[in-house]
Amino acid sequence: MAASSSHISVRKSDGVIRIDFVDRNILDELNIHQIGEEMLKAVESEFRPKVVIVFKNVEHLSSAAFGTLMKVNERVKSRDGQLRLCEIPPRILEAFMITKLNRIFSIHDSYELASKSFT
Amino acid sequence: MSDSSTVFRREHTLRDLREGLALVQDEAAQALEARGYDDGARFAIRLALEEAIVNAFRHGNKLDPAKVVFFRTQIDGQEAVFEVEDQGPGFDPETIPDPTHDDNLEIPSGRGVMLIKAYMTEVEYRPPGNVLRMVWRKPKG
Repeated sequence: MAASSSHISVRKSDGVIRIDFVDRNILDELNIHQIGEEMLKAVESEFRPKVVIVFKNVEHLSSAAFGTLMKVNERVKSRDGQLRLCEIPPRILEAFMITKLNRIFSIHDSYELASKSFT
Repeated sequence: MSDSSTVFRREHTLRDLREGLALVQDEAAQALEARGYDDGARFAIRLALEEAIVNAFRHGNKLDPAKVVFFRTQIDGQEAVFEVEDQGPGFDPETIPDPTHDDNLEIPSGRGVMLIKAYMTEVEYRPPGNVLRMVWRKPKG
């Protein structure tokens, strides 16, 4: 099943919620707010959600995007779920490492590896 | 002529966050590309500009529509200099909690200034802290 907004696409397959970014730039605060709302809506549709966010198409992001990801992570955990991030381009991954958010998030090279990592 | 031998200078009074950000980022991107700044530099500067201007409007001016943000830039073949000045009271950047400290790691905000410092070559907040000057300099050699 697939549902799409203007900023992300959400697909559910084999019990995993896959979220892809439509936008290449996750910078603009208004867009980020909408992205966050869409993500939270997708997460709240299930109990114990298993969620993978795919960064394949992302070229830029900002600290506001990090804040939104952390809120999503908290919501997933509050529903006893698990969140994985994957396919993060090197420059974006560097920003995760600078801010040490790689210690907060479970980051994987591919969607396949991320979806296999759920316990 | 827009190449390494010319200096790009602009000053803007920004009245709207989204429009202002788009203006300065687009101008900077073109000026940087014309002067041989690579993808990594352009990524760093775009991110720093985003954080600096959002902070100026949101935290400096408190999104007060009566207040503006002054933006100045000078870009040549060696370095790109940006100044962002808001109309707030200023702040001491040393008082911002370290977002990478274990106790702060899960707090969703507070990473903008850190990213600016990480990606730019020089970062200076001028007293009383409402003027940010940041420089990206090409590596020598």
